Amino acid sequence: MSASQGSTNTNTEPWGSFDDNIIIQGSGSAVIDMENMDDTSGSSFEDMGEIHQRLKEEEEVTAEAAATEEDNGEDGEFLGMKGLKGQLGRQVADEVWQAGKRQASKAFNLYANIDILRPYFDVEPNQVRNRLVESLIPVRMINFPQKVAGELYGPMMLVFTMVAILLHGMKTSGTVIREGTLMGTAIGTCFGYWLGVSSFIYFLAYLCNAQITMLQMLSLLGYGLFGHCMVLFITYNVHFHSLFYILWLVIGGLSTLRMVAVLISRTVGQTPRLILCGTLAALHMLFLLYLHFAYHKMVEGILDTLEGPNIPPIQRVARDVPVVANAVVNATIKSISAVLQSQ
Amino acid sequence: MAEVEESSKPLFAGLSDISISEDIPVEGDISVPVGSQSADNDFSTLDEPVKDTILRDLKAVGQKFVHVMYPKKSSALLRDWDLWGPLLLCVTLALMLQGGSVDSEEDGRPQFAEVFVIIWFGSVIITLNTKLLGGTISFFQSLCVLGYCILPLTVAMIVCRIVLVGGSGLVSFVVRLIVVTASFSWSTFASTAFLADSQPPNRKALVVYPVFLFYFVIGWMILTFSPSH
Repeated sequence: MSASQGSTNTNTEPWGSFDDNIIIQGSGSAVIDMENMDDTSGSSFEDMGEIHQRLKEEEEVTAEAAATEEDNGEDGEFLGMKGLKGQLGRQVADEVWQAGKRQASKAFNLYANIDILRPYFDVEPNQVRNRLVESLIPVRMINFPQKVAGELYGPMMLVFTMVAILLHGMKTSGTVIREGTLMGTAIGTCFGYWLGVSSFIYFLAYLCNAQITMLQMLSLLGYGLFGHCMVLFITYNVHFHSLFYILWLVIGGLSTLRMVAVLISRTVGQTPRLILCGTLAALHMLFLLYLHFAYHKMVEGILDTLEGPNIPPIQRVARDVPVVANAVVNATIKSISAVLQSQ
Repeated sequence: MAEVEESSKPLFAGLSDISISEDIPVEGDISVPVGSQSADNDFSTLDEPVKDTILRDLKAVGQKFVHVMYPKKSSALLRDWDLWGPLLLCVTLALMLQGGSVDSEEDGRPQFAEVFVIIWFGSVIITLNTKLLGGTISFFQSLCVLGYCILPLTVAMIVCRIVLVGGSGLVSFVVRLIVVTASFSWSTFASTAFLADSQPPNRKALVVYPVFLFYFVIGWMILTFSPSH
């Protein structure tokens, strides 16, 4: 045992070498506090374990806890001896706390580890922009499996954007949700569609032997919502039915065609291709149709006459919305179209 | 050489020969370590009067408000984060935006719970997104920044309320639109000044967009608020 180590910690043994005694004593006093003497003095393994655990605690805790830990350390600093009454209770409490903390942090690291999702968010802005544009361009080559990017940033942002657009649509159409909230319905609809239809199509793809993973399906459908976002953004503000139908066919159709082409390129056989792509196309186009008409001002009158006596849970009640913005835009478009027609 | 011989002997070997006679006076000063107790007093704020605690916390919150209104490059908001300010702002905004009961005629205004949930879950999601994109900011620091940057929108809400007292025509709508747009861009700018520093430089747009969307939704809720007179 070398007494010349001083303040450097050359801790080679796992249980904490004898040097630790001198270090713990460190800035102590000339007085030996006989109160803290114990019969288990000197050699025992438990004492070394105590010292080691105490050192480990001092490493792990934060600055505030370190103040109380120093208190404990100073009490038992002389050769690791402990008093009988106070120290024992405190030690037991310490052990329980440490064990609980270890369990909790293990569980947290296992289940709430967001690092699992980190690789799916590793994108650059220009990649996201390119994929957004590509989601409206159907691919030509369907004999060769098309590459699908497996990322989740773009789809998630698109779903949240669609939630925001839906909220706006619900507000301007004066929808009133009785059993629930506007926000909850919007989030439930968008996320439900993205996750639910992805899972369903993935299940069908599994049945039809298509080569696509769940992540790729989520990504594909997520980017397919870009067309929906654009159409809804335009038509919730400019209420022309013919405009909506044209946009529905063109933009909705393009994004559906892209998804369908990618799926066809990854499936073998006519019937599986038909089933898979038919289902996806139907669901995708019908969803856009539903979103437009579910929150539309014109439908309110029909609903009220049809379902007079029994009031359904989702009740649409007309109210005075500040229609200034809508009126201005509609008037502008109408005047422009009138001018164009008169030429 | 003599020193080496001395150190090779065991330390207390010669002491057994010594006996202390009563002729030798023993005197001196013995100091017992009392350092631990005084250190305890400095760290423990449990014994101070409640008024002191509240005033200290309010002062910290007010200081951070100033940092938000004049976003300079300071790390005070990040260093000592706290969630009192965001809670105060969130509750104020939710109370002011609250609608009446569902059966009354003014339906469709957001309920208190809705606004509260939007703000907190929106903040959590933006924080998760920032962390997943490789940010170096911690979870609660990010919550703190996003919550404090709602301050301009709360101010805009108060202004809108005052403007709406005067009437709800086209002029008031334009005024409210300008105020809300200005405050929402201020919020976005202030929070990106704090948040985007912790990102690699070419990915700032990926972090800014959700923040923009978040404050846009809150700003839109404020703009479409109509009073219930």
